Amino acid sequence: MSEFTSSPHAESTSTDDSATPTAITGASILLDHVTKRFPGQTRPAVDGLTMEIPAGKIVMFVGPSGCGKTTTLKMINRLIEPSEGRIVVDGDDVTDMNSDTLRRGIGYVIQAGGLFPHMTVATNIGIVPKMLGWDKARIAARVDELLELVSLDPALYRDRYPKELSGGQQQRVGVARALAADPPILLMDEPFGAVDPITRLRLQDELINIQEELQKTIVCVTHDFDEAVKLGDWIAIFNEGAQLEQYDTPERILGDPANEFVENFIGSGAGLKQLTLTRVADVGLRAAVVGNPGERAADVLARVVEAGHGHAVIIDERRRPLQRLSRRELGRLQVISDIPDPKLPVVGIRATLNDALDTMLVSSAGAALVTGRRDMFKGVVDVQTVMDAITRSQAAAGLDSDQAPVGLNTGLFQAQASAAGSDPSEIEGSGDGAGAVQ
Amino acid sequence: MNNRTLNTEAGIAGGDSAVETPGDPAAPAVPVSRARLGWQSWRGLVYQLAGILVAFLALVIWLRTADLSPIELTTLAPAALWGYTVEHIQLTLLAAVIVLVIAIPLGIALTRRPLRFLTAPVLAIANVGQAAPAIGVVVLLAFWVGFGFWAATLSLVLYAALPVLRNTMVGLQQVDARLIEAGRGMGMSSAAVLFRVELPLAVPVMLSGVRTALVLLVGTAALATFVNGGGLGILIITGVNLSLTPVLVTGALLVALLALLIDWVGRVVEHVARPKGL
Repeated sequence: MSEFTSSPHAESTSTDDSATPTAITGASILLDHVTKRFPGQTRPAVDGLTMEIPAGKIVMFVGPSGCGKTTTLKMINRLIEPSEGRIVVDGDDVTDMNSDTLRRGIGYVIQAGGLFPHMTVATNIGIVPKMLGWDKARIAARVDELLELVSLDPALYRDRYPKELSGGQQQRVGVARALAADPPILLMDEPFGAVDPITRLRLQDELINIQEELQKTIVCVTHDFDEAVKLGDWIAIFNEGAQLEQYDTPERILGDPANEFVENFIGSGAGLKQLTLTRVADVGLRAAVVGNPGERAADVLARVVEAGHGHAVIIDERRRPLQRLSRRELGRLQVISDIPDPKLPVVGIRATLNDALDTMLVSSAGAALVTGRRDMFKGVVDVQTVMDAITRSQAAAGLDSDQAPVGLNTGLFQAQASAAGSDPSEIEGSGDGAGAVQ
Repeated sequence: MNNRTLNTEAGIAGGDSAVETPGDPAAPAVPVSRARLGWQSWRGLVYQLAGILVAFLALVIWLRTADLSPIELTTLAPAALWGYTVEHIQLTLLAAVIVLVIAIPLGIALTRRPLRFLTAPVLAIANVGQAAPAIGVVVLLAFWVGFGFWAATLSLVLYAALPVLRNTMVGLQQVDARLIEAGRGMGMSSAAVLFRVELPLAVPVMLSGVRTALVLLVGTAALATFVNGGGLGILIITGVNLSLTPVLVTGALLVALLALLIDWVGRVVEHVARPKGL
């Protein structure tokens, strides 16, 4: 229901939203009453969808298979032409523009990268710049720049053929190719569906890093809700016929699902999934009493008692954590050794609270040591910190977010006007009715 | 025949990837494996050429040493043999060129969107047509268009167009649809996708169709003599009619060796033209 209450606000703020920050290189996209009917099908694949995609954000389309999310994505670059409605990019109506020209300005990434096997990595990446008439030197420089961006050594990979790359590397080149001409918009169709889970996590992290740098508008279709939560600034949950069930931030979808469909789609463990939204860096770390190898244990114990802590963290000369000793352990020792504890619960500062909690549970330490760059010890995160973060995010989810972009289906206009606050089934019904009339 | 060409193709491709897919290769490993792959794939071609040469030499030595009658000697005079062979090659090549000019564009057109509904029926007809006996096609056409070189050429074209047409269509069809979509999604026009993605990726299958056609042509051109089309077939017919076994054997061997030689040329072209990275 939140989509109804939030949409009027969103309409008023959305224009400011796309104009304010300077680093954004993305463009806003508006789907305006877009409908797609395929011949021979009674129900439209996409039914009167109006949806705003803010500039510089990652918007994730999720939903069951066949719900029309991919069709919606492909209508943005008009690989599928909409039957009705308009597509507006950055204020310009592109519905009737030459589709090839339009697509050269929109990056497109498909599963497994979709690299052309008979072209080298460099040629693959250079396709769009070449079509745009760049000269060779500029293309070559751009290829190297992009390979660096996706963490592939240009000297090593430039002249390879796609089959000489692993699946993850192919996917990276796919992303580089899509970014080649620096398009404001990137469309991704299940980009990480064909790689193994570990590579997928790494690619997701890299996409987040790239996005922090580039601030493109990214629209990404996925069937993996966890991926949507991890990557998305906004998540659009679709039902059959591209009916938008909820279009909101991951926090609010997890904390306040609009209806039963969304709840079912999130599945169990919404609370735990919320933990993946917060990074260790974003919560307050606790300080710890530190000691060095070679110190007398009694001195360290004295400092621990003085600070009122239960443990001391032993770090080496480069501030990397070696051991975590309780008061009892300190009491038994004479001199602190420099032998690292292999079971030390350590998490990186970019790790999610979910990872941190997992580390704590596995090591049964009740706390995890947080390390920053070069594994330097930063502080301690404990169960209490995690609990506080959950409480805070739940409180935040309760508030209405003013900036939620518009997203609704045509039929819902009447529903909103006539029966604001009616139950979802009624709204669904009127939506179908409108679809049938058209 | 279709299966055979495709299987050969798959076999070659499979072999390639087995040799050249190192798990996560260090850079130097790639050139080494490429070099090794180069020799391995050329080896078969070298053996084939050596076999053809040895068989040809054996034929020449036998012709020189055999006890031949005067008629046989006249028929098998080097100049006459050379003339038949040139005629045979002319017939084959002319038909081949016409086939390429007609069948490849037709195959491309039939897989484009407006005509795509025709793809399946045409493939079915092509398969049935391939089963028709060559001699029937040659003679029937001769009755229709008259006897001679052009009748022979026309029937050869009809017969050999089928594998080229079919492999062009199959080659284009087997290009991963997601690659075509990726190309279109990047803003390539449909013509650009055809020439820069689809055709290069279809080249191996198309070329193996062309090679099949050429080999068929060399064999079928031996039948052209029935309609006064010329070629090495004359030796076989003379040999059979006059019970001149050496003439018959020479004619048959020359046709077979020519077919093998053309097949070899085709394989070399396929090898060189195969896009890198496949």
